[in-house]
Amino acid sequence: MYAFTYHKPSSVRQAAAMLAKNEDAKLLAGGHTLLPTMKQRLASPSALIDLGAMPELKGIERKGRSVVIGAMTRHGEVAESAVVREAIPGLAELAELIGDPHVRHRGTIGGSVANNDPSADYPAALLALDATVITNKRKIAADEFFQGLFVTALEEGEIVTKVSFPVAQKAAYAKFRNPASRYALAGVFVAKRGSDVRVAVTGASENGVFRWTAAEEALKARFTAKSLEGMAPSPDGMIGDIHADSAYRAHLVGVMARRAVQAATSR
Amino acid sequence: MAIVNMTVNGRAVTADIDPRMLLVQFVRENLRLTGTHVGCDTSQCGSCVLHVDGQAVKACTVLAIQADGSSVTTIEGLSAAGGELHPMQAAFREHHGLQCGYCTPGMIMAAIDIVNRKGHALDETTIRDELEGNLCRCTGYHNIVKAVAAGAEAMGREPIRQAAE
Repeated sequence: MYAFTYHKPSSVRQAAAMLAKNEDAKLLAGGHTLLPTMKQRLASPSALIDLGAMPELKGIERKGRSVVIGAMTRHGEVAESAVVREAIPGLAELAELIGDPHVRHRGTIGGSVANNDPSADYPAALLALDATVITNKRKIAADEFFQGLFVTALEEGEIVTKVSFPVAQKAAYAKFRNPASRYALAGVFVAKRGSDVRVAVTGASENGVFRWTAAEEALKARFTAKSLEGMAPSPDGMIGDIHADSAYRAHLVGVMARRAVQAATSR
Repeated sequence: MAIVNMTVNGRAVTADIDPRMLLVQFVRENLRLTGTHVGCDTSQCGSCVLHVDGQAVKACTVLAIQADGSSVTTIEGLSAAGGELHPMQAAFREHHGLQCGYCTPGMIMAAIDIVNRKGHALDETTIRDELEGNLCRCTGYHNIVKAVAAGAEAMGREPIRQAAE
């Protein structure tokens, strides 16, 4: 790890000011991606701005027809939240599938969303549930927020403060995970709200999380796993690596989508 | 450099450290509490698991400075040196839940965290699922699973000595 200066602001406003002042500064949330990256010297921020001391970034609340989760809320807290379990059980189940219990005690939803790792779980939930990312400057719809491999709509000095999830009638996540890393080889989140159906896929595409529109159309006709029988996205543009080639990943997306619909319709 | 204050195993500690210092380095090298091990150093194996404010974390992926103001418990904090073992430690000995012992401190800290979250009656599936962040290359896990189940039950039976937690 290269040397850095450490700052622990007590408000988002203060954090934004520090971010503006320190070129090459990075925000530190749970640190479970950033610190390993720094240990490998793949990242060398001049300063770390720790978001861990701000109550305004924590907590989960039901606000009308949405569940609003603070950016520094840990995966374990989402997994165990009675509010999330009641309103969007599929979201709590997704959080419970991230990493392992110790990782879930540290990793945060804001960190996961801002990093936009192509194999992370949360981006699929945001995209399928049509969530809104709330920052210190504005509100960004999930469709606009995720822009490809590790790329988001976040601008310089912008800090994710909350994520707002509209409650869906039916929603579930199915994930085929790499047994060593626990990252998704293919993860599919399906959500039905009114006549709208959204299917978001993570772990599979070289461009990061995406909506599988063909599956959405099929499910709009009838929301049942049978509607997706034999369907899989094209292997073109799917990740191929030592864990799974692109054809296998495309196949897994079809299987995971059917399992997610099955789970969503059977509760 | 940065000043860090925390409580470790019930004792208040203060140090002037490089912000780069990991929590696991801090307890091992500054405090000489070498019961917490470093295995993979990539937040996978779990041999560095200790408790921060009562929750199990992988101390190779937490900066010591992030634990400023926190209460930390390491394996050394579970029982006094030479004194009676914590029920989970006793269960690992009784059920031979170890061979080389390298992963054991992390396993025991993880096991106590499972009991804190899931209670004293743990079935095998729950234990195996919950131990997914702790790797053991010797035992094949069988005796570890037995030890965790027995330790969890024993923790419910005995008046829990609060140790340092």
